[in-house]
Amino acid sequence: MKRHVALAAVAATFAATAAFAETAPMDVKFTDIGEVTTSLTGQPGDPSKGAEIASTKSLGNCVSCHVVSALDASFQGNVGPELNGAADRWSEAQLRGIVIDAKHTFEGTVMPGMYKTGPFIRPGDGYTGKAAPADLPPILNGQQVEDVVAFLMTLKEE
Amino acid sequence: ALCTAPLRAEMADDELNINGDTPIVTKAPAADFLKGHLDEVYSGWLFRTDSSRAMEQDDFDNPIMVFGEQGMDNWNVADGSEGKSCADCHGDIEEGMKGVRAKMPHLNAKGELWSMENYINDCRTERMGAEAWGWDSGPMKNMTVAIAVQSRGMPVNVKIDGDAAPFWEKGKEMYYTRYGQLELSCASCHEENYGNYIRADHLSQGQLTGFPVYRLKNAGVVSIHNRFKGCIRDTRAETFKPGSQEFRNLELYVASRGTGLEIEGGGVRP
Ligand code: HEC
Ligand code: HEC
Ligand code: HEC
Repeated sequence: MKRHVALAAVAATFAATAAFAETAPMDVKFTDIGEVTTSLTGQPGDPSKGAEIASTKSLGNCVSCHVVSALDASFQGNVGPELNGAADRWSEAQLRGIVIDAKHTFEGTVMPGMYKTGPFIRPGDGYTGKAAPADLPPILNGQQVEDVVAFLMTLKEE
Repeated sequence: ALCTAPLRAEMADDELNINGDTPIVTKAPAADFLKGHLDEVYSGWLFRTDSSRAMEQDDFDNPIMVFGEQGMDNWNVADGSEGKSCADCHGDIEEGMKGVRAKMPHLNAKGELWSMENYINDCRTERMGAEAWGWDSGPMKNMTVAIAVQSRGMPVNVKIDGDAAPFWEKGKEMYYTRYGQLELSCASCHEENYGNYIRADHLSQGQLTGFPVYRLKNAGVVSIHNRFKGCIRDTRAETFKPGSQEFRNLELYVASRGTGLEIEGGGVRP
C-alpha cells in the first residue's frame, strides 16, 4: 500500500517517471511467440532478490517444479525442465514472457502464470481454500517478476 | 511435459502382500476409457518410500489399524432411540461389509450418488435414531477404516454406466478442470506428472484404493474427500466441502480410474 502511494506521488511530481509506472497484468502485451519486450517497471531487476523469490514457497516457488543448481534450496522438483543454462536458450524478453504467463510460450503448460489476475476458475485466497478477494493480486508483483528475470539471465553455462 | 517420461520408472518394484496372506494388485492395464491418457494404473503405495511401504505390509506396523479396531468395537455398540447396533442388521462386519468399499460410491434407491459416509449416516439417522457423524469426525473415519479393510484384495467395482453415467461425466469434467490461481487440474499433477517430484512430494496417480489412509504428517486418518479438499486448495483455489455433490461425483470418476487395481485400505502415506 505504502509503495503505491509513494509511486503515485512520484508520478504526480515528475511527469516523466509516469511513463515507467508498473504495467498492470491485464495490460501486458505478448508477441506471437510469447515474449514480453518491455520491462514491467522500467527498473532493473535484482538477481539476488530474484534468487530468493524463486526458492520461496509463498512467492515464485520455482524450485517446486524446476532444478536450479545455482540455488541451495532442498528438494527441487522435476515437473518442469532444469533451468540451468536458461539464459543460453532464451532471450530476456522470452524469459519475461514465460514468468509472466508461460501459456503464451508453451500452450497448455502446467506452469502457472506469475503475473496474472484472471480469469481463473474458483480463484482462492492464497492457500487457505477460501474464495479470493475481489482484487486478487498476482502471485508476483511487477518488480518481483523483473528480479526473477534478472536472476534467470545469470543462468549461463556456455 | 514430454522430457520427463523416463522418470516415471521412479516407482518401487515391489509387491504388496498384507500380513503375507493378502496379495494386492497394485499395477494393472488401464481401463478402456483411459486410452490415450494412461496405459497402466498404479496404486499410490508404489510411489512411497521403502519405510512407508513396509508399514503397510503388516497390520502390526500399520498405524491405521488402531483406528480400524475402534471402528470394529463401535460396530457392535447400540446407539440412538432404536437401541440398535450396526451388527444387529448387518451381522458380522466381515460378512456384512465384504466388497462394500470396492463399489463405493454408488447410487441409492432414490438415484442419488452416495459415498460410504452417506450410507453410514443414513443408517444412523433413519434406522438407529442416532445422530449423524461429521464427515471427517473420529467415529466416522474409524468406521470407514473398519469397513474398507473388509474389501482388501477385492477389485475396484464401481458402476459408471446407466443412471450413474451423468454423475461420472461430471466427475470427469472436474478432473480435467484447471482450478485456482495456479490453474492446475487433477490431471496436471496425477496424469501428466505422476512419477515426478513436486518439491519433496513424489506424485502418484492419485488413486483411491489405499483409502482411508493414515498420514504420518497429521498422525491421523484422512478421508477421500479431505484429500480432494487439500489438493484443490493447493492450486490456490476456493476448494469444495467434504460430502459435497461435487466431491461425490469426483470420487466416482477417480475411483473408476482405478479399475483393475484392488482395495488395500487403510494405506500409509507420508
Ligand atoms: C507447477 C510447476 C511449475 C512452476 C511452479 C514453475 N514452472 Fe517453469 N515450467 C514448468 C514446466 C512444466 C515447463 C515446461 C514447459 C512445457 O513444456 O510445458 C516450464 C518451463 C519453464 C522455463 C523454460 C525452460 C527451458 O529452458 O525450456 C523457464 C525459464 C521457467 N519454466 C521458469 C520458471 C520460473 C522462473 C518459475 C518461478 C517463478 C517457474 N518456472 C515455476 C513448470 C513450472
Ligand atoms: C435397522 C437396520 C440397520 C442398522 C442398525 C444399520 N444399518 Fe446399515 N443398512 C441397512 C440397510 C437396510 C441398508 C441398505 C440400504 C440401501 O440399500 O439403500 C444398509 C446399508 C448400509 C451401507 C451401504 C451398503 C452397500 O452395500 O452399499 C453401509 C456402509 C452401512 N449400512 C453401514 C452401517 C453402519 C456402519 C451401521 C452402524 C453405525 C449401520 N449400517 C446400521 C440397515 C441397517
Ligand atoms: C499441485 C499438484 C496437485 C494437484 C493439482 C492435485 N493433486 Fe492430488 N496429490 C498431490 C500430491 C503432492 C499428493 C501426495 C503424493 C501423491 O500421492 O501423489 C497427492 C495425493 C493425492 C491422492 C492420494 C493418493 C494416495 O494413494 O495416497 C489423491 C486421491 C489425490 N491426490 C487426488 C487428487 C484429485 C482428485 C485432484 C483434483 C481435484 C488432485 N489430486 C489434484 C498433488 C496434487
